[in-house]
Amino acid sequence: MATERRVKTLIIDGRDVAGREDQTILEAAREHGIWIPTLCHLEGLTNVGACRLCLVEVKGMGKLLSACTTTIWEGMEVTTHSERLHRYRRSIIELFLAERNHICAVCVANRRCQLQALALELGVDHVRYPYLYPRFGIDATHDLFVLDHNRCILCTRCIRACSEIEGANTLGMMRRGIHNRVITDLNQPWGESPTCTSCGKCVNVCPVGAISQKGLSVIEGRKEHKFLPYLTMMRGARP
Amino acid sequence: MAANGPTRIEIAPVTRIEGHAKITVRLDEEGRPADARLHLTQLRGFEKFCEGRPFYELPFIMQRICGICPVSHALASAKACDGILAVTIPEEGARLRKLANLAQVIQSHSLSIFYLSAPDLLLGMDAEPATRSLFGVAAADPQLARDGVLLRKLGQQVIALLAHTGKRVHPGWIVPGGVATPLTEKAREEILALQPEALAAIERSLAWLKRIMERFGPEIRAFANFPTLFMGIVGPNGELEYSNGWVRVVDATGKIVADRLDPARSPEYLSEAAEPWTYMKFPRFRKADGAEASSGGTPDGIVRVGPLARLNIVDQVDTPLAAQEWSEFRALERGVVLSSFHYHYARMIEVLHAIEKIGAMLTQPALDKRVQAKAEPNRNEGIGLAEAPRGMLIHHYKIDDQGLVIWVNLTIATGFNNWAINRGLLQAAKSFITGPEISDGTLNRLEAVVRAFDPCLSCASHAIGQMPMRVQLLGPDGMVIHEARRE
Repeated sequence: MATERRVKTLIIDGRDVAGREDQTILEAAREHGIWIPTLCHLEGLTNVGACRLCLVEVKGMGKLLSACTTTIWEGMEVTTHSERLHRYRRSIIELFLAERNHICAVCVANRRCQLQALALELGVDHVRYPYLYPRFGIDATHDLFVLDHNRCILCTRCIRACSEIEGANTLGMMRRGIHNRVITDLNQPWGESPTCTSCGKCVNVCPVGAISQKGLSVIEGRKEHKFLPYLTMMRGARP
Repeated sequence: MAANGPTRIEIAPVTRIEGHAKITVRLDEEGRPADARLHLTQLRGFEKFCEGRPFYELPFIMQRICGICPVSHALASAKACDGILAVTIPEEGARLRKLANLAQVIQSHSLSIFYLSAPDLLLGMDAEPATRSLFGVAAADPQLARDGVLLRKLGQQVIALLAHTGKRVHPGWIVPGGVATPLTEKAREEILALQPEALAAIERSLAWLKRIMERFGPEIRAFANFPTLFMGIVGPNGELEYSNGWVRVVDATGKIVADRLDPARSPEYLSEAAEPWTYMKFPRFRKADGAEASSGGTPDGIVRVGPLARLNIVDQVDTPLAAQEWSEFRALERGVVLSSFHYHYARMIEVLHAIEKIGAMLTQPALDKRVQAKAEPNRNEGIGLAEAPRGMLIHHYKIDDQGLVIWVNLTIATGFNNWAINRGLLQAAKSFITGPEISDGTLNRLEAVVRAFDPCLSCASHAIGQMPMRVQLLGPDGMVIHEARRE
């Protein structure tokens, strides 16, 4: 039951583009082959604007807007790439790297990690902030999967997949700011969770090596993202 | 060499050892060397910071201990993990691990021979320090330098061709239960194509070493030349082996003291001690009754490991050219070869053997794609033992019921040689130090004692950082009489 949606025209990076009125800047840009970096966004999940990598400049707006959560409007003029945005995006990646323990060389997600790929893409060859080296634990209580908080970037993709696609609502978040942590149920060991269906969607949507299949070694981590839009479509959640 | 005041000599370029060390020589009342020590001054901490990690990550973390022998650390670590999984790994997986370890023997030994020690051997112990480098070797004997570079490259290339990561230095690939990917036909062919050139290079180099050896009579006599036990692993038929086998110990006469010891039970026959003046441990061998085995002449339980030890303990070398060289080597002395100077010679023979062995192992196309046994942890403890280029290497892990590491102990090849290195320094100091001034040639000879063992001090001490080397001459009261330093 498709309702009629109006088409809006806007300018992204100097190009005239058109999109449906309910589309976000990110969707309109991607449809027209314009790349905007993202980490917390994943097609098939709702957008939360957590990572701030997709910040764009919009003419007439005093602040930067996240492309994944801002819908387009008529006559909008968007800049997705500028020296300032590039600088901010690099800083965001550096802060991710400094905040927890991202040691690519021994990480299951090495070479398949979106944080690593973006760092390369954005030319992050060093980190200007002091590393915090926190001592987060690892939840290895689940039979199949491991949750390594040291590598988590708090994008919440796992939480959204668990809630929106699987409907289990096992994963959640506790505390605030730098103490933020992904938890299972009411902060119980994952292996004791009565709600987890062991579906593995969280493993597949994790952009880094925080959630992985148990026993897999460096580079062996496989991610499969493409099933999400399909599942969403089949379940009729969105037209 | 630039004099910098009367008590300090600074020498560039950077010294040719792998690790961070200081040598002290203590003199008695008459001004003669009474004691000599090699101090390792920093700690790496791998045993501590691996606690809390999933055990199956350890082969990857542990290989970062060393950029020269990462395959051996990965192998010992993966074998400890095999123990935790309680699996028998597929034959092809074991074979591929063995190939990688042989390739690493080639590259590591080539580094030691051609880059670190050839300057002393080719140009002489008293040569101008500035020329004592691979560049000096290249200027004096371009073919020797070319062969060294070629052999090191060969070892690295084989590792990169075997591993799915394509990495030469930290290949990953060796995983709990076997290896990550099987051998491709293309890789097999490429490795075989490298063989003839490599064989020619090592045969030329070996002939060179044998020609120049007679120039080093005083060094052969004084470089850690004394009785000790020799320990390592041997294959099922007593042959030279680096990956899978039993532990054997022979004494200074060549008599087998212990044989077919199970690597997984090594804590039963090895003990470790620590000294306050160095971060390197002192492991020893003890017999089944708990007593430390006598080698005749040195404190009980003192062993040497590595190329010299391996060639001393084996009954045979199972490739034709290396077997012939091994017979000549064993004829150097009656029984076993005791001078640590001959580590160099042993290393060359091992390179020859490794090249031949890799060729022999690859004559048949690899068909078996099963290279990894998969299992959950079935034990809370595992011990892995492999022959690193420098000798026996042991990784010992304990895990909790979730598979997270709770305890790690590493016994490193260079650690086994620790006692012999220290004692060898004293022997050389007594031979070459004749007054309160240390000449550059003497300094270099003391270093060359250490170098003969090709110690990997960053493996053994878990030390971080760049590697200056200091030699101190101490009076009976502990005061520094003379110090020579390289930055």
